Amino acid sequence: MSLHAQDDPALRAAQEDRLRAVWAPPQGLFLRWTDCNNNRVGVWYTLTAFCFMLFAGVLALIMRTQLAVPENDLVSANTFNQLFTLHGSMMMFLFAVPMFEAVSIILLPQLLGARDLPFPRLSAFGYWSFLLGGVFVGGSIFFNAAPDGGWFMYPPLTTRTDLSGLGADIWMLGLSFIEVSSVAAAVELIVGVLKCRPPGMRLNLMPLYAWYILVVAVMILFAFPPLIAGDVLFEMERLLNWPFFDAARGGDPLLWQHLFWIFGHPEVYIVFLPSIALFAMMIPTFAQRHLLGYPWIVLAAVGTAFLSFGLWVHHMFATGLPKISLAFFSAASEAVAIPTGIQIFAFIATLWAGKVKWSTPLLYATGSLAIFVIGGLTGVMVAIAPFDWQAHDTYFVVAHLHYVLIGGTLLPLFGGLYYYWPLITGKKLSDRLGRTAFWTLFVGANLTFFPMHFSGLYGMPRRVFTYPSELGIDYLNLASTIGAYLFAAGTAIICFDLARSPWRQKAPRNPWNAGTLEWLAHPDDEDWGIRSVPLIESRYPIWDQKDFVKKVDEGRFFLPDAEEGRRETIVTTVLDARPLYVVRLGTPSWVPMLTAIALGSVFILTTYHLYWWSLAGAVATLGFVLYWLWTGTAEIPEKDCKPIGHGIELPLYVSGSSAPGWWAMFITMMADATAFSGLVFGYYFFWTVHPEFPPSGPGMDGPGSFWPMVALALAALSWGTTVAARETNRRGIVGTARLLLVIGIAASLAGIWAGLQGPLTTGLDPELHSYPAIVWVLVIWTTAHAGVGAIMQGYTLVRSIAGRMTPRYDADLRNITVYQHFMALTAIVTYATIGLFPGVA
Amino acid sequence: MKRGLHGMVTRLKVTLWTLIVPPTVWAAHFLFSYLWAAIHCAKVGGFPRLPILYAVGTIVALLLIAGAGIIAHLQSRVPGDTPPHEEGTDSDRMRFLAFSTVLLAALSFVGVLFTAAPVLFLTDCR
Repeated sequence: MSLHAQDDPALRAAQEDRLRAVWAPPQGLFLRWTDCNNNRVGVWYTLTAFCFMLFAGVLALIMRTQLAVPENDLVSANTFNQLFTLHGSMMMFLFAVPMFEAVSIILLPQLLGARDLPFPRLSAFGYWSFLLGGVFVGGSIFFNAAPDGGWFMYPPLTTRTDLSGLGADIWMLGLSFIEVSSVAAAVELIVGVLKCRPPGMRLNLMPLYAWYILVVAVMILFAFPPLIAGDVLFEMERLLNWPFFDAARGGDPLLWQHLFWIFGHPEVYIVFLPSIALFAMMIPTFAQRHLLGYPWIVLAAVGTAFLSFGLWVHHMFATGLPKISLAFFSAASEAVAIPTGIQIFAFIATLWAGKVKWSTPLLYATGSLAIFVIGGLTGVMVAIAPFDWQAHDTYFVVAHLHYVLIGGTLLPLFGGLYYYWPLITGKKLSDRLGRTAFWTLFVGANLTFFPMHFSGLYGMPRRVFTYPSELGIDYLNLASTIGAYLFAAGTAIICFDLARSPWRQKAPRNPWNAGTLEWLAHPDDEDWGIRSVPLIESRYPIWDQKDFVKKVDEGRFFLPDAEEGRRETIVTTVLDARPLYVVRLGTPSWVPMLTAIALGSVFILTTYHLYWWSLAGAVATLGFVLYWLWTGTAEIPEKDCKPIGHGIELPLYVSGSSAPGWWAMFITMMADATAFSGLVFGYYFFWTVHPEFPPSGPGMDGPGSFWPMVALALAALSWGTTVAARETNRRGIVGTARLLLVIGIAASLAGIWAGLQGPLTTGLDPELHSYPAIVWVLVIWTTAHAGVGAIMQGYTLVRSIAGRMTPRYDADLRNITVYQHFMALTAIVTYATIGLFPGVA
Repeated sequence: MKRGLHGMVTRLKVTLWTLIVPPTVWAAHFLFSYLWAAIHCAKVGGFPRLPILYAVGTIVALLLIAGAGIIAHLQSRVPGDTPPHEEGTDSDRMRFLAFSTVLLAALSFVGVLFTAAPVLFLTDCR
């Protein structure tokens, strides 16, 4: 195909027909929900997260009504506990984080000129998991069974089954399920940013939104897994009576606080940075110039991401840790103000240097920065330990965190809504209603939360359902309540504006005259994402590249056709975005939804102690996953290469580190290793808190070093055979490769047995003390991973025999080798820790 | 010698991994600080009068960050295309990543100093 071929309108029309047919969404009442195109899944995801936000907002209104006057009896103390727990948990887990993922699923392919993200079915799976888990957790309040221990669920209140009911299990298991979907989305977004950029979009030309998403998704990988590790320990204690957090039996409630806040503090930046990313897109548009200080913004994003992992103990200043430890975290908490400030100054400088158009989205952006800065400054105050001791657990902290979250997440998202609504629906929202809503929200937020600084300093504690009049804070609370209703009114105006949208006229294309790729979207949008994948030469191609929009529309760039009737997009290199290969994308399917339902059943049925049913759910999940992999991944193409235009031919199959699947495995295993390190942290944490470790006595003397070393040797054998199988298979010695895989399976299975022998033969009793319990958890974690490794080895063996994995097409084998690398590392750490460390200690 | 060293430095590869070297050193130093304090206070039985190990660890971290920063600084000044260095060329991409590394090195350097400061003032485990 030559450049001039695209001059032919008949050819273009034929190409468009083919693309349209390939990307046609499934129709019908039920079938439409099998869709996995990012523009649909992203919109469902966004709407669902928005509804959860409204629901959690109503919970807050009920709380504020209860607190309007002293000694009020609108709701009981018990209900109030459920209200604030669910409000916080839903806003964080069901709104702030999923909303960022949802918006990114919509925007990222558009921003990167890709037809879709690399794993569309994974996005759909993430969405269905989110919906199911969210309804489960949120719906619990209607059965008076909602969690009631605060959004951070501190033990021992929450681990003692006589003090807290089903709510704690619902929180733990329901939200663990959602954490899985968050990690899935993070994998999708990282691979999307690194591998699916259009040709020419080197790292220094990448839209800043993509930079932020990359950073935030990596943060999710390292922040969520410690919480998953904590959830595992927590449920082990609640369901099996293993005393990780029970001080009477050698546990320590502080371990939970550590694991929770290692997640919880980066979480704040996980929800804040994507909103700042929206500003980084809006501000150049409304200043009509390039953003100033591009590398400075990248510094801010990456720097904040790192520093945010050194802040978690500032939530634990009042727990009696040594002052020197507090001081380290206090120092990091002050340091994080530097990168945060830098990005705000970069935005102000850009506005200053440009010709500003005071549009509605920009009003939200600047207004929310003002609110955020107030929250940031009180943050610097509470980061100082002595001040925090005064303000801890008072309404001062409530004021601080709401200023940060409203200024740093909610209002920017509303701004983004006004900015991107034309992109999604082709219609603009009302400027008049938008501005009215903004001022209502702005006044409402300040009226609600500013007085809370004072009520906090006067001594009003958090999480109380009422207060005595003698405290002298009646008028402050009444002001907060009035402000809350004002804020709700502002939100209602926005909802009204959205509801009127279907009756409005279509806006022109690119209505804000923006310069970035996503605005190629046409008001009468097609489902194919982008007509042809462009060659990028600038950060703002629509502004800077000649006839850019026309060339994209006429298919004059890459991949303008779908000759083979397949959904495709281009995969490029990480640094310089050189085209590597054409990836064939997943099509609509029931499998993601069914897998989500099966996995959800495991978590939900476990909540109700229906273990056999949840085991059945686990088997079903495994079955669906295997079916999904077998039918939908590493498919051998009908030909080696295909032309993408301009004389470039790209392969249709790659394996190893060039392939998105390899990256997905690598990234998933990074998250897995992080969760594992949370458990290992637990082991060494117990070592520091116990004078005698491991403790002596019956049921605690184990696991010895013999069996752990045997298990380690078997893990090493499994790893070695897999690596050898990869190499022999590559050289075409298929028989030997299959034999090696068989040995690998045997080694993995024997490793499970040997691993369990250590604690079994020495009679370690996990209910007795935290030491045997943590040893058991490490062993179970490692042997379970050996089991998954054996399944992978078996799967690859069967693929090889079935002719779906060959010396040339060996993605499966290369991907499971990555797993085995991590598995070997896990085995080394586990067995060296439990087998050798007691001798050293 | 300088020319040779300079030439060698600017030939080093610049990637996303080199970008995160300075903050990773900060993170390692931070973890080291936390573990050092926790183990001294919980296991060794008190705050060392002369925290030599800690001083050495901190100086190593500062040197590593400064080294990464200096290399990146030299790389960020490799002559190539015209200002403002925002084009899609090899040299502009390298300059961008190198300059971002310089900035991260500066932040990480300050971060390590912040973290280490309390050890100068606090003298016990209370």
